[in-house]
Amino acid sequence: MHARPDATSLASRRSCCAGLLTLALTPAWAQFRVEISGVGATQLPVAVARFRDEDKAGPNAAISAIIRADLERSGQFRNLDVSAALDETSQPALADWRGRGADALLAGSVSRLADGRWDVRYKLWDVVKGQDLGGQSLAVVTADLRLAAHRIADAVYEHLTGDKGVFATRIAYVTRAANRFTLRITDADGEGGQVALTSVEPIISPAWSPDGRELAYVSFEQQKAVVWVQEVASGQRRSLANFRGSNSAPAWSPDGRQLALSLSRDGGTQLFSIGRDGSGLKRLTQSGAIDTEATFTPDGRTIYFVSDRGGGPQVYRMPAAGGNAERVTFTGAYNISPALSPDGRTLAYVSRLGGGNFRLHTLDLSSGNILVLSDTNEDESPSFAPNGKLIIYASRAQGRDVLMTSTLDGRIKTRLLSSGLDVREPVWGPYNR
Amino acid sequence: MKRLSSALAVLAVAALSAACSSPVKLEEKSEVPIESRNTMPGGGAGNAAGAGSAGAAQSQVATVSVDRSAVSGAARIVYFDYDSFVVKDEFRALVESNAKRMTASKSLRASIEGHTDERGGREYNLALGQKRAEAVLRAMSLLGVTEAQLEAVSFGKERPAAQGSDEAAWARNRRAELKDK
Repeated sequence: MHARPDATSLASRRSCCAGLLTLALTPAWAQFRVEISGVGATQLPVAVARFRDEDKAGPNAAISAIIRADLERSGQFRNLDVSAALDETSQPALADWRGRGADALLAGSVSRLADGRWDVRYKLWDVVKGQDLGGQSLAVVTADLRLAAHRIADAVYEHLTGDKGVFATRIAYVTRAANRFTLRITDADGEGGQVALTSVEPIISPAWSPDGRELAYVSFEQQKAVVWVQEVASGQRRSLANFRGSNSAPAWSPDGRQLALSLSRDGGTQLFSIGRDGSGLKRLTQSGAIDTEATFTPDGRTIYFVSDRGGGPQVYRMPAAGGNAERVTFTGAYNISPALSPDGRTLAYVSRLGGGNFRLHTLDLSSGNILVLSDTNEDESPSFAPNGKLIIYASRAQGRDVLMTSTLDGRIKTRLLSSGLDVREPVWGPYNR
Repeated sequence: MKRLSSALAVLAVAALSAACSSPVKLEEKSEVPIESRNTMPGGGAGNAAGAGSAGAAQSQVATVSVDRSAVSGAARIVYFDYDSFVVKDEFRALVESNAKRMTASKSLRASIEGHTDERGGREYNLALGQKRAEAVLRAMSLLGVTEAQLEAVSFGKERPAAQGSDEAAWARNRRAELKDK
């Protein structure tokens, strides 16, 4: 806190401290409330029974409730009421469940192991086909009970949709409150928030390493933009790029061995690559313009980036080692913040429309089709879920910075609200955690 | 505290160089201390235009507030037009007086921090702010300040001087600030 030592500062300092105290006493302050709008064209009706003895693991680990919430939030499922007492050893009369309108049935149990861990078991049935789809046993420590529930939701999602689920993944984002900037990590449902870094100076542009163990980000704690890399589990961190001028916009190569970043060390803002250990700095672009916001294609061969070499900012692409750049976006005068889908087919970006509105767009790279995904006006920082089914991005609603997710067709949106905090700079982590 | 001591160092160096330099510098001698005395309480980041012109009382004691964005007296903020990186003529004198101060004392080091208004992406704005900082750096280099004395950096839209989403706030935020290191 940098309160000024003049007559007016005591009162403001006091109220500032009071504000911090209030926040610290609110246990749920890092967590999100999720609001869903829109529904999928088809919603699979699923019955998730209460897991036997799930209440013994504590109030925050109602396994079946977490699974139900995950499935519902995806917009692709409808939960049916289940009153029957079932577990993974039951032999439910599937014809009856069919009669109740269920397409699938999930049941399971929670039990304590001798070593203090929990054994979470489940079984899934395809009610329509009358088939046992199998199950699994997950042995976890108490702190990972939520994770176990998310993994089961992922298994259900994959069985029923054919796509991998992302409920067990994590999201990193930055909050700002009372002039404090905090880099946070939560489960994909916004629960279980943890703080990775807190600072009085801004933090922007977090980026997950492909193995999910490290976050690169830009911190202004040294009164300038410096790129840091932090190991999430230990909190150990190192400055990766602290050259003269500004250091920003880190992007990991898919093999995790190097990062692309934007440096002004030679004047202007240009793209460079650097080894994850800080070795082998190499300049990638040689333009008199701004080149920034690099992102690698999933095969690691190409870098998409933003450049204003043609006047306004547009998305370009070039070989990952540098070389001839080719313009990718042509519609609109201001297109920034490119993100590529995991299959490399879709480019998400933010485009400025008339009236100064910034909206999330996608470009189908093979057909050239453009979709406007949002109806909000201050969208920023899109990032794909690792299964490519959702995009998370920052926006503004009711005077606050909020996080949104959208399906790729823009039909189902969720708003992640965090009480009293401005939330921004979201980035979806990989499957690994 | 580091800021305070460096601010004092600037004044000391300025006084020293004024005391033992040629008559041409006399003008600067009167300029530097007056501007620093007129730093208004709590108004450290303000534009010090008109400093020393109103005939302040001899017994006046001005409070200097030191925080992370304290500026040590002289006007140190250059404002820019929308989407522009041109140092306007009205800031010529500001650039020249700071260049003079730094050429007179080669041990002085300063950061030039570029800023933008809130519109647009964070990273692109960071690069735009960098461009503003470098424009001021170039202007000072042309006046003899060495590259080693100056570092152009950017805060993009991350550290606005004024809150609000109107042209008045935006105009206050499109700026480059000169800060002693």
